[in-house]
Amino acid sequence: MSQVLLEARNIDKRFGGVQALKDVSLTIRHGEIYGLIGPNGAGKTTLFNVFTGLYPRDSGEVLFANAPLSLQSPHAVVAAGIARTFQNIRLFGNMTALENVMVGRHVRTRAGVFSTILRTHTERAEEAGIRRRAEELLHYVGIAEHADDLARHLSYGDQRRLEIARALATDPKLLALDEPAAGMNATETAALRGLIEGLRNDGLTVLLIEHDVKLVLGLCDRVAVLDYGEKIAEDVPEVVRANPKVIEAYLGASTA
Amino acid sequence: MKIARERIGLTLVAAALIALPFVLASAGTAWVRITNFAVLFALLSLGLNIVVGFAGLLDLGYVAFYAVGAYVYALLASPHFGLHLPFWVILPIGAAVACLAGVILGAPTLRLRGDYLAIVTLGFGEIVRIFMNNLSSPVNLTNGPKGINRIDPFQLGPLNFSSSDTVIGLVFSGPIKYYYFLLLVLLAVIVINRRLQNSRIGRAWVAIREDEIAAKASGINTRNIKLLAFAMGASFGGIAGGMFAAIQGFVSPESFILNESIMVLAMVVLGGMGNIWGVIAGAMLLSFVPELLRYTVEPAQRAVFGKLLVDPEVLRMLVFGLALVLTMRFRPAGLWPETRHRRELGEDRV
Repeated sequence: MSQVLLEARNIDKRFGGVQALKDVSLTIRHGEIYGLIGPNGAGKTTLFNVFTGLYPRDSGEVLFANAPLSLQSPHAVVAAGIARTFQNIRLFGNMTALENVMVGRHVRTRAGVFSTILRTHTERAEEAGIRRRAEELLHYVGIAEHADDLARHLSYGDQRRLEIARALATDPKLLALDEPAAGMNATETAALRGLIEGLRNDGLTVLLIEHDVKLVLGLCDRVAVLDYGEKIAEDVPEVVRANPKVIEAYLGASTA
Repeated sequence: MKIARERIGLTLVAAALIALPFVLASAGTAWVRITNFAVLFALLSLGLNIVVGFAGLLDLGYVAFYAVGAYVYALLASPHFGLHLPFWVILPIGAAVACLAGVILGAPTLRLRGDYLAIVTLGFGEIVRIFMNNLSSPVNLTNGPKGINRIDPFQLGPLNFSSSDTVIGLVFSGPIKYYYFLLLVLLAVIVINRRLQNSRIGRAWVAIREDEIAAKASGINTRNIKLLAFAMGASFGGIAGGMFAAIQGFVSPESFILNESIMVLAMVVLGGMGNIWGVIAGAMLLSFVPELLRYTVEPAQRAVFGKLLVDPEVLRMLVFGLALVLTMRFRPAGLWPETRHRRELGEDRV
């Protein structure tokens, strides 16, 4: 249970003169929901993009499932077992919901040009497997009835679910969700919460960036707080909530 | 019931396609040649469709691969080097060399999209043409602007594609034989395209077209998949080029100017990007309409005005331009678009 899945050591990232991440270290354990919070511009999404290979890091290292994680290319990170969603949903809008999820299976399937052109037995079996798994996942996140609808025609909440289904299609060990509750109403947030809890109960580890502090503190097993690119706290929600540095970061220092 | 009807339909289409050259031949062998070039352009359009239609990479230098295929054929089957390899050896070589050229073009341009990619590919097309024009010294590789002539026609056993044979009263002229061969290749290319489209590779292409970052984050190696699109498209261009060289018997750099790239792109766009049937329809339309005009405009003017007022060549381009403008105005996704593109361009909101 308390086995470490991801360990980041001394991550640094600068954009020109801005130090976006300063010596950030954190550990995510198997099977937990790990929350990452912090005020706007604290570096949450930057850290996320470093973990998922979209930004190269300047220094530091990441160990994932006991092996150094090459952060050179996003697809290699996905292959290693980290899948993500985006803060501003990024779906393939003109593909159907089912096709979106089928794209997620790409990294776990192998059919090449020649077996595709020849329609070999293996290729057909693999293709059927892709479709079956995609249908299962749509069912799992609860939007099976929209399988043949275009992704961009889905409601906002369903688009979030579809993005999660696409990420799950890559068979991740760690699912990284970037502000999944952003722009959601109370009902949708509650439903999302149920979905994330379900994922954990099914054994998945979840990294959650969220603005909705109530959601994070209620849902996460452990929480890290970033402020100006530095980690100022990492602990169970109750302790973090009482941490004076965290309160200061969110509400400002008392100048009296 | 539905399947049976489909089967009857297919049989009728097949019969019509098989009978077509003889009908055309009765109007003159020129029409068979025109048809052959239309099929050749359909092949090119299908190749470009992979790059532009599926993967969404705007390529304005596609004719370069056509040129590579044509020159490979010309060099390996003409008195220029004294080599006379059979066509079924050369066509795969031409496809492979064109494929390599596709990768060479693709590799440095992977980060580019849209306009920028269009400019680089346009430059690439011109570079290849200029190479062909100038590689006549110090070693005479391409014979420069004079081109290479006396290229061997296809020869399969005793069957020579440049002479006529009479079988049970039917005259199989050279162009008719090429027609059947081209038809077979077109069929194969259609099958390949359809299979690629409905596969993990085809989905990856569309995903890149839709959102490249999301495609990366979904585990697609966008570099390899884009290169694959370039390579596949280029291979088809190479095969078409080889057949062009054999049919024409002569190649020179003049055949591979920018206009040709634009023409093929216009066929893809006019027909309907991404839809195989639309692209073929676009190729047929843009190949036949100018020829029809060529044969009708002059007699029509003489009949009405008693003299030639407008040169048919000028009018052809005028009508051609007008047709494109009207299409873009009234059917922006093409005459026969892929359902996905129709959605993108908002035609489903009618």
